[in-house]
Amino acid sequence: MFTTRKQYYPYISPFDPCPPIRVKTYVTAPNLYLGFQPPNLPQFSPHEALQKGTLWKVFYDPYYSPYEMANKGDYK
Amino acid sequence: MWIYEKKLQYPVRVSTCNPKLAKYLIEQYGGADGELAAALRYLNQRYSIPDKVIGLLTDIGTEEFAHLEMIATMVYKLTKDATLEQLKEAGLDAHYVNHDRALFYNNAAGVPWTAAYIQAKGDPIADLYEDIAAEEKARATYQWIINMSDDPDLNDGLRFLREREIVHAQRFREAVEILKEERDRKKIF
Ligand SMILES: [Fe+2]
Repeated sequence: MFTTRKQYYPYISPFDPCPPIRVKTYVTAPNLYLGFQPPNLPQFSPHEALQKGTLWKVFYDPYYSPYEMANKGDYK
Repeated sequence: MWIYEKKLQYPVRVSTCNPKLAKYLIEQYGGADGELAAALRYLNQRYSIPDKVIGLLTDIGTEEFAHLEMIATMVYKLTKDATLEQLKEAGLDAHYVNHDRALFYNNAAGVPWTAAYIQAKGDPIADLYEDIAAEEKARATYQWIINMSDDPDLNDGLRFLREREIVHAQRFREAVEILKEERDRKKIF
């Protein structure tokens, strides 16, 4: 399944001083995938667009902190 | 010239009295990848770039000032009523000694803004690639601030600002495509 959140697993040494963070995540925002925006893409209603920060559904990719994620369950 | 509309681009709400958040937010006010740097970078670069993309730099540069105003409002709300004890706790005591509760263009570590943060190389591709990088860095900064904040209303405004960075990066990428002039051409290599 396509996602704009990616993970990698850094090397963990047996001699690291702190408890390891085993999974690191990073964002690959939708602007990386589209190239020049094609015509006639789906839009939000004007009211929704003003609230979300984009008219185009394809670019909507909200970010929530781990704290918010824990309280919400999902992020979309 | 500009026409000023006396309202924010997106409503700013702050629900918790936590001046520490102001210390983080100031990164987007006077930091290297903040809104001031963005606005000044684009509005300056536009004089020496092909006609086709001048309007884009004007539009985005102008919008960055609207973002700057939102950040300023957030910082102001978080500091205007803070006691000296709270400012000390938030690590804003040095700021207070220099500025009282006034806003200032410095980053989260107190380093004052400098024009050395921005560039105008006069080469359209070099400048647009810098702009794309600036937008991605601003997006990342918003993520790190959201991670540090537990104020849901503040985060709502920050999410809006971060979404705009995604759209700006998209438009700058399209500007590069326009300047490559290969967009509608049949590709025969
Ligand atoms: Fe931007």
